Amino acid sequence: MKPKYLPLIATLVIFLLGYALCVAQYPNILSTRVIGNLLTDNAFLGIAAVGMTFVILSGGIDLSIGSVIAFTGVFLAVVLEHSSIHPLVAFAMVLAIATLFGAAMGAIIHYLEMPAFIVTLAGMFLARGMAFVLSIDSIPIKHPFYATLKGLYVKLPGGGRITLIGGLMLLVFAVGILLAHRTRFGTNVYALGGGTATARLMGVPVAATTVRIYALSGLLAGLSGIVFSLYTSAGYSLAAVGVELDAITAVVIGGTLLTGGSGFVAGTFVGTLIQGLIQTYITFDGSLSSWWTKILIGLLLFAFILLQKGIIYVSRHRRQPA
Amino acid sequence: MTSFFRLYLNRLLPQLIALAVIVVAVSLVFPGFLNLEIQNGRLYGSLVDILNRGAPVVLLAIGMTVVIATKGIDLSVGAVMAICGATAAAAITSGHSLAGTLLITLAVGILCGLWNGVLVAVLDIQPIIATLVLMVAGRGIAQLITEGAILTFNDPGLIFIGSGSFAGLPMPVVIWLVFGVLIAMLVRRTALGMLIEAIGVNRQASTLSGVLTPVLLIAAYVLSGLCAAIAGIIAAADIRGADANNAGLWLELDAILAVVVGGTSLLGGRFSIAASVLGAIIIQAINTGILLSGFPPEFNLIIKAAIIVVILVLQSPRFRTAFAFLVPARGASKPSERAAK
Repeated sequence: MKPKYLPLIATLVIFLLGYALCVAQYPNILSTRVIGNLLTDNAFLGIAAVGMTFVILSGGIDLSIGSVIAFTGVFLAVVLEHSSIHPLVAFAMVLAIATLFGAAMGAIIHYLEMPAFIVTLAGMFLARGMAFVLSIDSIPIKHPFYATLKGLYVKLPGGGRITLIGGLMLLVFAVGILLAHRTRFGTNVYALGGGTATARLMGVPVAATTVRIYALSGLLAGLSGIVFSLYTSAGYSLAAVGVELDAITAVVIGGTLLTGGSGFVAGTFVGTLIQGLIQTYITFDGSLSSWWTKILIGLLLFAFILLQKGIIYVSRHRRQPA
Repeated sequence: MTSFFRLYLNRLLPQLIALAVIVVAVSLVFPGFLNLEIQNGRLYGSLVDILNRGAPVVLLAIGMTVVIATKGIDLSVGAVMAICGATAAAAITSGHSLAGTLLITLAVGILCGLWNGVLVAVLDIQPIIATLVLMVAGRGIAQLITEGAILTFNDPGLIFIGSGSFAGLPMPVVIWLVFGVLIAMLVRRTALGMLIEAIGVNRQASTLSGVLTPVLLIAAYVLSGLCAAIAGIIAAADIRGADANNAGLWLELDAILAVVVGGTSLLGGRFSIAASVLGAIIIQAINTGILLSGFPPEFNLIIKAAIIVVILVLQSPRFRTAFAFLVPARGASKPSERAAK
């Protein structure tokens, strides 16, 4: 077995073990209802995390995700309240804005040779600020089309439901996996993560790829914002604070190397589910406080970083004697 | 000595100009901005308020500067502030003396820094990730200490640190002034600063040339933890309670911003603690200025973002090479500045 699959398998094993432990204590967790809710409740995080996976695979980081989600929600709420624009048109508008926003950050990162960290930090302030300027109140969305969308679901045996947003997350992950492993763009992203200089020498269009990566992350953050506004039926400029951290955590727990170049979109899916599972367990338990979520996730993060270090160490030492 | 002073001023000139522009702009909109008055032996006024409110970010920026100079970053400072605030509140309410409380809290901050430092220096983990662990888990730990509630306290000694005054200045200002000068002397009057810069420029090369890289790296993160502990004590003493959820929330980003505004590169190497302190005060002056001038606070973040973008563009290597011919004086002053160090 190739060592690069190890983190992915470790993530999967941890998820299954964790799930088994939860089931052993609360047999009700093993129902399609819980699984359906797990998908619905984490849909916005999962979609944003797919974008973050590409950014991290390329060796970058995107701190603006949470703010873009909040901006999208407020934008939709304001547009739907003050005009007669159909939600689908508003969706298209906000996706275009989010994509352009991401592309602009990618362009600054590449052409001004600035660290992604500080550029997307500025983007985080800017997007949150624009949300504040649009409205500082929490605006409910009462458009009938929203009710229609929320009513769409596929029934699973056992009473569970895969809602529209849960299904959308699964679709985004499927497309993300194809994009990462079956297209030239995906290969370029992995190459960039291996080192910009090397990638350039191999003929990777560094500028175009960087811009596209951040545009993709912006697009998915926008989509995640739409999902979030469907999920909460409101737009609020203080919503989704810190989602970028949750997304980064999902990516790392999913086995993607934070230095870039190695990892899987599928791992991010499991990483998202692990976070959701911890949350679900704490809800089922009822007596545990929610701060245990943070501590547990921090510990998991640490464990995975150590695991990755170990794998790099082992694979380096295995190669040397040969 | 005078030439040293002039070079020092040269380095700080952009930040001083920026601060002056902001102060003048705000005082034009809000005439009472520059007023200072003495009541009960303590200075009052908007300017003092800026120095006072900015204390946590100034302290964090001092530690962050040294960490960034080693080509690292410390994302956990906000969470460490929350942990230390909670520790201080828990210690004082469980009957420890003021000195004991302060010692315990500073020790906890140092411990947090040690954890980060070991991850970065010994386990060789990327700083952004290594400190992310404590950033994610830290608030959970803080809530574990306060048991989910906001722990309040009435100890006059601890409250004095947040709202007392010494020699006419608010206590937080005195603390960061003394601490800042101490650290600046420590790194600039000894070879420490140069060795830290050497690590930031090229870690491997400095290890090969005999610098004790792991020890210095750990020390940098320990300093950052210590700064966060002091900032945490001040923040808790200010509101007379420890709020695990909100103490120091997002201050790590403000601290990093302060360092960047201060002109220290995120890519490591040359640093200036005084410039970062000025950067932190600039940020606080903007915040206070927007509030005072009656500008809607909604624009606060956009203005902040715009300022970062302008500074980023000015600092970017591409921009510098493209416009190098326009500013020959700056290019010429660089070698002499380096020689002075």
